Amino acid sequence: VSLPNGFEMVVGLEVHTELRTATKLFCGCANRFGAEPNTLVCPVCLGLPGSLPVLNERAVELAMAIGLALHSTIAPSTFHRKNYFYPDMPKDYQISQYDLPINSGGYLDLPDGSRVSIERAHLEEDTGKSTHLGGTGRIHGADRSLIDYNRSGVPLVEIVSGPDMRSADQARGYAAELRGILIATGASDGRMEEGSMRIDANVSVRLAEAPFGTRCEIKNLNSLRSLHRAIDYEAARQVALITSGGTVRQETRHWDEMLAETSTMRVKEEAEDYRYFREPDLVELAPSDQWRDRVAESLGPMPAARRLVLRGLLSGPTGPQIESIDVVVMLDLDAYVLAVHELGGDVTIALARASNEVAASHDRREHLTTSAFAETVLMEQRGELSATQAKKVLGELLTNGGDPAAIARTKGFEQLSDDSLSATVEQFITQHPDEWQRYRDGDEKLAQFFIGLVMKATSGQANGKTVIAELQSRR
Amino acid sequence: VRSAIEIAAAINAGASAAEELERSMAAVAARNGELNVFLHVDADGARRRAAAVDEKVSRGEYAGALAGVPIALKDNLCTEGVPTTCSSKILEGWRPPYSATVVDRLVAAGAVPVGKTNLDEFAMGSSTENSAFGPTRNPLDPARVPGGSSGGSAAAVAAGMTPVALGSDTGGSIRQPAALCGLVGVKPTYGLVSRYGLVAFASSLDQIGPFANSVSDAALVLEVIAGHDPRDTTSLPEAAPSLLAHVDDGVAGKRVALVRELLDGSDDDVTASVLRAADVLREAGAEVVERSIPELKLGLSAYYLIAPAEASSNLARYDGVRYGLRVDGDDVTAMNEATRTAGFGTEVKRRIMLGTYALSAGYYDAYYGQALKVRAQMIAAFARAYAEVDFLLGATTPSVAFAFGTKTKDPMAMYLNDVFTIPTNLSGEAAITVPFGTGEAGLPVGVQLLGPGRSEARLLAAARVLERAEDRS
Repeated sequence: VSLPNGFEMVVGLEVHTELRTATKLFCGCANRFGAEPNTLVCPVCLGLPGSLPVLNERAVELAMAIGLALHSTIAPSTFHRKNYFYPDMPKDYQISQYDLPINSGGYLDLPDGSRVSIERAHLEEDTGKSTHLGGTGRIHGADRSLIDYNRSGVPLVEIVSGPDMRSADQARGYAAELRGILIATGASDGRMEEGSMRIDANVSVRLAEAPFGTRCEIKNLNSLRSLHRAIDYEAARQVALITSGGTVRQETRHWDEMLAETSTMRVKEEAEDYRYFREPDLVELAPSDQWRDRVAESLGPMPAARRLVLRGLLSGPTGPQIESIDVVVMLDLDAYVLAVHELGGDVTIALARASNEVAASHDRREHLTTSAFAETVLMEQRGELSATQAKKVLGELLTNGGDPAAIARTKGFEQLSDDSLSATVEQFITQHPDEWQRYRDGDEKLAQFFIGLVMKATSGQANGKTVIAELQSRR
Repeated sequence: VRSAIEIAAAINAGASAAEELERSMAAVAARNGELNVFLHVDADGARRRAAAVDEKVSRGEYAGALAGVPIALKDNLCTEGVPTTCSSKILEGWRPPYSATVVDRLVAAGAVPVGKTNLDEFAMGSSTENSAFGPTRNPLDPARVPGGSSGGSAAAVAAGMTPVALGSDTGGSIRQPAALCGLVGVKPTYGLVSRYGLVAFASSLDQIGPFANSVSDAALVLEVIAGHDPRDTTSLPEAAPSLLAHVDDGVAGKRVALVRELLDGSDDDVTASVLRAADVLREAGAEVVERSIPELKLGLSAYYLIAPAEASSNLARYDGVRYGLRVDGDDVTAMNEATRTAGFGTEVKRRIMLGTYALSAGYYDAYYGQALKVRAQMIAAFARAYAEVDFLLGATTPSVAFAFGTKTKDPMAMYLNDVFTIPTNLSGEAAITVPFGTGEAGLPVGVQLLGPGRSEARLLAAARVLERAEDRS
């Protein structure tokens, strides 16, 4: 969507990602989503008097992995305290990185060919989670507030891009590509719906080539769809404001998904003075070259390289196939497709099943081995399973795992004998002489008519290709 | 009064820890009403631990280097299940779910914590007059202060309630009350003793250390509590040094600098004691030189920016949300304000405001940033001095114990009490005070020995030389 009156938008994103560590950033409490409130807590992550933070080594490795994937410079860094009062922040300061982040500089290349610069990617701790009940539903004006400190101290990396994006599409593309990288490095599960990846968008507008305009920051966008809609809305709001003679005020804004609009949270004059200073309870973080190299060696290929590999398996991939490849790579399902390819199977079928059936249940993928997936695809390819049956077998594999052939037998997906299928086809030809004549005269659409009848009669167990072969042999 | 070393030896040889504890608690009962030393006596916990020591000995096992030694703990050290108030209304009634590393180490060595001692609120003060629960009186003259902020721990030892105690030293809070109560007090090298479980005042300056009647007892307690702790990232990487074995090493061949800035403004009696200490060290074989380290004069100003800045952040968590005092308000901000207004005393509020200001946008460079530069200069100045001499000699405090109320009206007069002790906290190095001579009204004078990081063994040995000279005189 281009903006009216020669305006262009300027977008920079701040992405917060929770790291997939076993324990929190500064204590030994489990880093786990969904536990009973306030059961994953200790003196450190509750900020009890006298407690002290101890840095999690694994969190540092994952932060370095992100930095390496984003071509950042990893340098000796320090921690600072960001001071402000908020009930779900138990120390009333957040331990974060300030002037010396672990990762600085870098870039991310997007599938559309554009490059977005990275300013920094630093470590910090998450806060607890507040729930405001009754009244306004916001902290001021709620009847009461509940706080769950399970999330307090969960490790975060904040990745700050340059103000390089010029459309909501590009911003969404950046966020999607970054998400793929976070998953590929093992740093994050990328689950935006669980809040493990949260995005703040800085949006401004300007007449082309003019200096940057005043920006507004939209906080806490928790889906790629919200990100796209919020940026488009905000840019349009700013253009409308300027063209009607107003000026944009620097402020923090809230995106309301239901109303599909942004609204003011606080203006710059109300901005907090965070009084950053060196965290005296922690020492300098200076990873050795050897440690950094070990992390670099452990990194697998990033999404861009993996997309190229998958595209290379096809001779001139079609648009839908490219989209399937994007989904497969984003969700890190490449191994399934590659397993089919290694067995000489049909990559097109593999991509279709991986990007649809497996993608839809990818959070249960641990049940589905690559070999079971490959076997299922090969059974479909050989005509031993219809497409419908293959999908059902995959569904069972994703739920309980197991052996595809055994599942097919249990479900009664025995291959129909060619004789019995032949008899069924013969029967329908006899029953529908007019349609059969039109098919013989060259109306190919009628093939679908007969396939439909056979499928209905066999409860979907017939193989469509075999039915066509039967029809053609009688033509 | 028997030493901790004697008590532990006797109990390991079969004497009763339970009886030792009852003697200690009787001494507490006799004078605590008058002196206000202990805020909380953990009679049940102490009796349980004394019984455990006795049982261990009766089984023929070694019960530890501090077997059955009653000890007093400053009330800013977390003790599991036992109230820990920091002498503040804001923490009244709070019982930590965990114990400080030093407390665990003491107990593992057989010590018996008797209870929690009074302090200036959150360790901010030099007289214990800033306690929300009333001042502690100096056992040597109840009309005078015991010093602070660890005044309760100093008074506990000076009154014979416990042979040893722990305090914390952020700007002199062990050494100054030790001097005013006639005790040995050690501010260890930053990181020698774990801070885990010490309620933070100024994290980059705080260190826990011992009070004792003798250099040897101080060495023993420090040896027990020192050494790396994986829970404190800033703790030194090595295990506890051997200290007690070296207290009689003497000072022969050592170089000592008598530092002008560590005497300036002292009472004549104090100066006389320090000069006499220099003579004693010289007679014992040390080479004594006189030096000026002008940077030390800047310590007080830098300290009163750095310490309040850190405190303003460390004390933010007392917001009424999770523990301690809560005063209701119309919304969460009003509740925070009402709680902190009611819960903190005047001096704590003064320092929170000072520190908040020093860190604020537009003022950081001029105040906090400048103070950090001064701190770096001071560290460099000490390093230059220690390249030339083994330790420095000066007064611990400008005067002996002062009367109640004489400095409470003027914060600067009170702050000046720490002018000789603060530089060591800023440099993160080690210092010890040892009673040497007397001043006004026959009250004890403390002489201070300062050394580089990890010089505790040397400092204890030098202090022991002065102690032996006093014992002979």
